[in-house]
Amino acid sequence: MHASTPSRDLVYLAVFTLVVLTMPIWLEPIGAAYPNLMQRFAIYGIFAIGFNILFGMTGYLSFGHAAFLGVGSYAAVWSFKLLSMNVIPAVLFAVLVAGAFAAIIGYVSLKRSGIYFSILTLAFAQMSYNLAYSVFTPITNGETGLQLALQDPRVIDRALGIEARGIPSPGLFGVEMSGYSGFYLCAVLLILCFFLAMRIDRSPFGMVLKAIKSNQTRMGYTGFNTRPYTLTAFIISGMYAGLAGGLLAATDPLAGAERMQWTASGEVVLMTILGGAGTLVGPVIGAGVIKYFENIFSAFHEAKLHAAFAFLPDGLENVLVTITAPFVGEGWHLTLGVVFMLIVIFLPGGLMEGAQRIYGMFRRRPSAGQRAADKFQPAE
Amino acid sequence: MNNAVLHVADVHKSFGGLRALTDIDLQVEEGTTHAIIGPNGAGKSTLLNVCIGRIAPDTGAVVFDGQVITGKKPHEINQMGVVRVFQTPEIFPELTLLQNVMVPAFAKRDGAFRLNGVQSALSQNDIREEAEHWLADVGLKEQKDLIAASLSRGDKRRLELAMGLTQHPRLLLLDEPTAGMSRHDTNSTIELLKKFKARGMTKVIIEHDMHVVFSLADRITVLAQGRIIADGTPDEVRGNPKVQEAYLGGTH
Repeated sequence: MHASTPSRDLVYLAVFTLVVLTMPIWLEPIGAAYPNLMQRFAIYGIFAIGFNILFGMTGYLSFGHAAFLGVGSYAAVWSFKLLSMNVIPAVLFAVLVAGAFAAIIGYVSLKRSGIYFSILTLAFAQMSYNLAYSVFTPITNGETGLQLALQDPRVIDRALGIEARGIPSPGLFGVEMSGYSGFYLCAVLLILCFFLAMRIDRSPFGMVLKAIKSNQTRMGYTGFNTRPYTLTAFIISGMYAGLAGGLLAATDPLAGAERMQWTASGEVVLMTILGGAGTLVGPVIGAGVIKYFENIFSAFHEAKLHAAFAFLPDGLENVLVTITAPFVGEGWHLTLGVVFMLIVIFLPGGLMEGAQRIYGMFRRRPSAGQRAADKFQPAE
Repeated sequence: MNNAVLHVADVHKSFGGLRALTDIDLQVEEGTTHAIIGPNGAGKSTLLNVCIGRIAPDTGAVVFDGQVITGKKPHEINQMGVVRVFQTPEIFPELTLLQNVMVPAFAKRDGAFRLNGVQSALSQNDIREEAEHWLADVGLKEQKDLIAASLSRGDKRRLELAMGLTQHPRLLLLDEPTAGMSRHDTNSTIELLKKFKARGMTKVIIEHDMHVVFSLADRITVLAQGRIIADGTPDEVRGNPKVQEAYLGGTH
């Protein structure tokens, strides 16, 4: 573990910013550089960063985080309907509502830890999902999903005399939320969220969270009342999810309950573990990998495979295509499952652990002489 | 015994049919080092667990500084100034040594939860310096950026001692602080604890090593099978035939 210094963090943040903002360039060769997908990368990156604050730092595995994503989406769409098509109030409203929702669910769920906590969050999320289809249909519009309509009040917009022809689309003072401008807005928020998570990680508050993960019983005998700390982490993480949900609604103003289903909660767990729980950038990478698989790998079909293996003799080409076909297209889940298993077994620290190992190998190799010198140094 | 800072009043505790503590009445005077000795299974650790709120006694109570602490939560008892150093090292294995000591240092102010990021950030350097100072005192300063899990058992004990001392306890409960340490480390730990005695810190110490006990203790209580069988100054206890029979005589 390297000691984190403010200057090292600044470099870290600068590199992260650069990599995120140049996504349209370096995603081009792997066919993922279209705005809709990049928006998803950024949004799910935010979701995973927030999830990691609870799971990676504090050690509480929530299995119901998609509920906050869904609540954020509904809140944002309602803001579009009632207030304004501007994304700022929508996103703020989404974050606040998700935070309040997280405070309630967290207060109850955090009475238990370990598997019981996970089950409680799962129960709450499934409850929210089912209620969205039944009791709460006036708010959620049930199976149709919450949509914008021509006759929505949009009080702020109407008061300012902004009148759209047809159903308006969300924007930021005239900048559309679709396409590249939408991606860049999401990317900027992703960078801000990353910065905030980094500040939390380096703060005394973050240190307390990590100590809770490490040995919660000891915290009591150290004089810490851990409940308020875990609850704060839960709420922050719920607010991140709310922001992600709000942005999903901003880029595509439609909120449905399927966003709250347990598979969506499971997905963010996969993202975080795949990338590396407890690391700052790991969850973002995990989110990117899973969204890439979901969108690009699932679009592969046999013709593409034939093209990929075309350089081989026909017989061999057909054999290879037959073998690989179940892993692409509809079968992308199979590939993801295999990759996930391999990572959990060989790299329990996720892709970040893999990156660190490779980095370590490169660093050590040229310094074999240095190592020999170290041997003769008396250990301090 | 008017200035007793800790009073264990008439405590009983049974686990199922096993009577772990019977009729324990014990007073610890301010500024003294009070050793509790006794054979294995005598109830020494259980007694400390009752003091820090880990185990609730069946009857009786523990009074610290004029307040009943039985029934309070562990973190509340710690906030009052009762700090325990555990027998099996209870550290934060994934954190660095420095962080291990910084966390309890923060507890004094932030333990009851205050989300004051600015204040925390401003005092972070002071707390880091203080933590480094304690690590130097127990001889672990060079290793401060290591992950605590990588330490040897003896070093973990010393780390825990630093974690306890950084809280400036009014009453420090030490559960076999030198178990697993080399003779050299044991002696430096004794010196360190003597230094704190000079500063007036009250300590209760459970120890098997008689060298440690007789170097440090002002008063000794002997437990056997959950009962107090002797209580007095080191010389009185040394000369007590009951003690020799139950404890010293049995092993020596």
